[in-house]
Amino acid sequence: MSYVAHDESVFVRPAEVGEMELYHPKTFIGKYIWSQDAKVIGVQYSITAIAVGLVALVLSGIMRLQLGFPHVFSFINPSNYLQFVTMHGMIMVVYLLTALFLGGFGNYLIPLMVGARDMVFPYVNMISYWVYLFAVLLLMASFFVPGGSTGAGWTLYPPQAILDGTPGANWGIILMLVSLAFFIIGFTMGGLNYVVTVLQARTRGMTMMRLPLTVWGIFMATILALLAFPALFVSAIMMALDQMLGTSFFMPALISKGQHLDYNGGSPVLFQHLFWFFGHPEVYIVALPAFGIVSDLISVHARKNIFGYRMMVWAILAIGGLSFIVWAHHMYVSGMNPYFGFFFATTTLIIAVPTALKVYNWVLTLWRGDIRFNVPMLFAIGFIFTFINGGLTGLFLGNVTVDLPLSDTMFVVAHFHMVMAVSPILVIFGAIYHWYPKVTGRMLDDTMGKFHFWVTFLGTYAIYYPMHYLGFLGVPRRYYAVTGTDFIPESAQSLNAGITVATLVVGSVQLLFLFNLVWSYFRGRPSGDNPWGATTLEWQTPHTPPKHGNFGAELPVVYRWAYDYSVPGAEKDFIPQNQPPARTAEDAVDATS
Amino acid sequence: MILAVALVLLVVGSVLFHFLSPWYFTPIASNWGMIDDTVSITFWVTGFVFVAVNLFMAYCVLRYRHKRGSRAAYEPENKKLEGWLIGLTTLGIVAMLAPGLLVWAKFVDVPKDAAVFEAVGRQWYWNYRFPGKDGVLGAVDARFVSDKNPLGVNPDDPFGRDDVLITSPEVHLPVGKPVKALLRSLDVLHDFAVPQFRVKMDLVPGLVTYAWFTPTRTGTFDMLCEELCGTAHFTMRGKVVVEEEHKFREWLSSYPTFAQSLARPAGDAGAGKPLYATCAGCHGAQGEGNPALNAPKLSGQGDWYLKRQLTYFKSGARGAHEQDVYGKQMAAMAATLADETAIDNVVAYIGTLPDAPAPGTLKNDAAEGRNRYVTCGTCHGRNGRGTQATNAPRLAGMSDWYMVRQLANFKQRIRGAHPKDPYGPQMVSMAEILPDDKAIADVVAYINTFK
Repeated sequence: MSYVAHDESVFVRPAEVGEMELYHPKTFIGKYIWSQDAKVIGVQYSITAIAVGLVALVLSGIMRLQLGFPHVFSFINPSNYLQFVTMHGMIMVVYLLTALFLGGFGNYLIPLMVGARDMVFPYVNMISYWVYLFAVLLLMASFFVPGGSTGAGWTLYPPQAILDGTPGANWGIILMLVSLAFFIIGFTMGGLNYVVTVLQARTRGMTMMRLPLTVWGIFMATILALLAFPALFVSAIMMALDQMLGTSFFMPALISKGQHLDYNGGSPVLFQHLFWFFGHPEVYIVALPAFGIVSDLISVHARKNIFGYRMMVWAILAIGGLSFIVWAHHMYVSGMNPYFGFFFATTTLIIAVPTALKVYNWVLTLWRGDIRFNVPMLFAIGFIFTFINGGLTGLFLGNVTVDLPLSDTMFVVAHFHMVMAVSPILVIFGAIYHWYPKVTGRMLDDTMGKFHFWVTFLGTYAIYYPMHYLGFLGVPRRYYAVTGTDFIPESAQSLNAGITVATLVVGSVQLLFLFNLVWSYFRGRPSGDNPWGATTLEWQTPHTPPKHGNFGAELPVVYRWAYDYSVPGAEKDFIPQNQPPARTAEDAVDATS
Repeated sequence: MILAVALVLLVVGSVLFHFLSPWYFTPIASNWGMIDDTVSITFWVTGFVFVAVNLFMAYCVLRYRHKRGSRAAYEPENKKLEGWLIGLTTLGIVAMLAPGLLVWAKFVDVPKDAAVFEAVGRQWYWNYRFPGKDGVLGAVDARFVSDKNPLGVNPDDPFGRDDVLITSPEVHLPVGKPVKALLRSLDVLHDFAVPQFRVKMDLVPGLVTYAWFTPTRTGTFDMLCEELCGTAHFTMRGKVVVEEEHKFREWLSSYPTFAQSLARPAGDAGAGKPLYATCAGCHGAQGEGNPALNAPKLSGQGDWYLKRQLTYFKSGARGAHEQDVYGKQMAAMAATLADETAIDNVVAYIGTLPDAPAPGTLKNDAAEGRNRYVTCGTCHGRNGRGTQATNAPRLAGMSDWYMVRQLANFKQRIRGAHPKDPYGPQMVSMAEILPDDKAIADVVAYINTFK
């Protein structure tokens, strides 16, 4: 049998770029605090994002207490309820998910996976984290200013966001807008780094079409973010001007509680266009890294190459491109010209094709695989199931007519939590179980991991699947209580109570995960360099955890794609990317016989 | 193994939940049955994919789990298979999108014979406007909005003179006639949504948006604001009463036209003085109130609020609940006022009475009430002065014992639940955030600190 590998080459071009000079810190502070090492920065990003995510998790618990058991917890009132809703949403979407995927995983994995010593601009990379931390602190400060944080909903729609009548319409909204502006400044510094590193600092032999899908996902998401965040940046600045200087970018002539205000001629719908021009790509800024990472998890733990690698890359590019022309599907009932509905419904449903292809390819990777049910794999399969559900409900909301009865109801809440909260979070968990051994040199505890998986996977489904049906019933979102609504039966309240119980269970099991992170750091089983038998470069480092500079004296040279698992004739069921090929097919056979 | 079983159970459970759970669309009450049909088509297509892909995944998980000596297949790609999958997916997408777009084409195309009315949203209630005999709504502008002209109709536009103003969150519509709702907001974004009609559209200040529908059965339907509009968003409710054409006409004629509302003379305090003699027996000659007789302070209260409450008492919207002992007394007294002019006159006289703060009777902790008042202050004002624009009466310096009783009444639905009291449910929802008597007394004690 003569076997020809999918993608391997004997000839590798000589390096065009010389070795980079790294800054070598001498003190503890230089190494771990003001660090310029992308790995340390990645960990800093991750810890900060998880910490602020815990705040948002607690807020969601409080919201659910109110919805499940209205008027039992009297410290929750209609004002602070909206503040909890708003802060939960914004923290989770921007300060947790975006920061963790791009700042956390991006920093840690990109240089390792492309075979670079570090990011291309380490100093800018360091600044990026500190600006992010400053943005987080500003946001947290808004809890403590007079009037509290903003309660305008995470979409921050004017005019209400800056008018009396919405909680936190003074200090709260200003701090939110300034914090977002700083987040974007910090992100831009990091994002340019990720893009330039992927384009310029790949090691010899690492062609674009040999990149692991994790890198493709993060790379494309970063490009989306660099193009989308400016829209949020300008709208934040313009709204801050409307609030502080009385400009009228988004403010028409209006009467607030009987008072004629001095605004005139602005457009609230303009803000929505700008917001969603950022906001829809934002969904994919979170989803694409998750798509990429989960592809690698599935491939490694099924011991099989990812099915249809090239189509997976093209799908990422197509989704990224299309994500910029679907934004107004968030605005079907916003009062924009209703004829836009035809265009945006069509583009939105087209985006389902490349997305569905990715799902098929994940499942087809499992097909005829040799599946190891390690904890990362459990989370990956949990992700596929959850994402199928969340993706399919997107076809309801994306189709303009179907959106009409469902818009602004709990169906929307259920849909976007399924698709861009639970799905990415399951990938994040899977990724942490997968790469923790590389970061710390120790394995996370398996029993705790499996328990964490089952409660999280089944629990979140119990929360969000029934919630869709509250939406069909017509229960609106962002309602503190639905008292006095005739068409909502009593039984809906029992369902809400059940959802709340599930939320509290899922929320508390995350403490076990945190415990596992800390416990395993000290007591976990030593992992060795490559516990999963993975092909990609981060597992081929001479040290675990990798030292500053990642690869010791010599950078690795790449000879093959990232998915040579279970190659027929090969001795092991994986061939690392930097393993030189046998000269001929006969040699390969000889080597194994 | 367990994972495969779990996946199958989740798929089966989800399908069963869909068919067996009691939570789904409410019975439709408009012509938009075809919206429900597009939802059904979407369910069939997506449901098939959901079941098929997940069951296939469960099969893979079971069949290809690691066994000693097993090894995965090596197949980098299969263009033919991927081509087929893309083709079938595209077909499914078209099956959902095409009917969706056809129905949307109907939704954006308003029938020529649709009758027009206007729904106006503001924080946190609804008003409406119907065109008069000319069939045309008069021009509006934000700068005309005032307490006397709440919808901002241009007084110089002849088309506006005969417009009928519905200053109530409840609107009536004739059954079986297509209507086009023009939607306008005076302040922030709102959303006009009637779940049983399946219709929904945002109100945007500075724009007029629209939605059209034909109510197909009579009854009363909840209308909700479904675009976050501030603290009291969840209480911004309306009602749509669908009834026979002649009943609708009758209802419409009970509201004044814009010209009539402008022409209405102000109350005559002189004429109100003798009428007030009856009131003075309990409420005191200066309107200062008398706790011993359960009569609250009246002086200094907003005239619009006094008028609304007298009208309610007179019409039975208030003071009709069997547990509302003092309300019943007042209903009997209000019945002695002959008509709207009499009410205007007595209210005008009360407006001339000196306004001294009512003495506080509560010993509760004002500091505890302070946090609770944050929500109240959204409508009633940070200092409890009240404003007609939010339908919020004055609280500062008014009888504290009376406020305590009314909050308890709202909480127990003794007040605010009568079908003819459309503003009542809002306060019912709000009173519910006060868990017990102590919380009520605390918040009123805080109100007592306002000067």
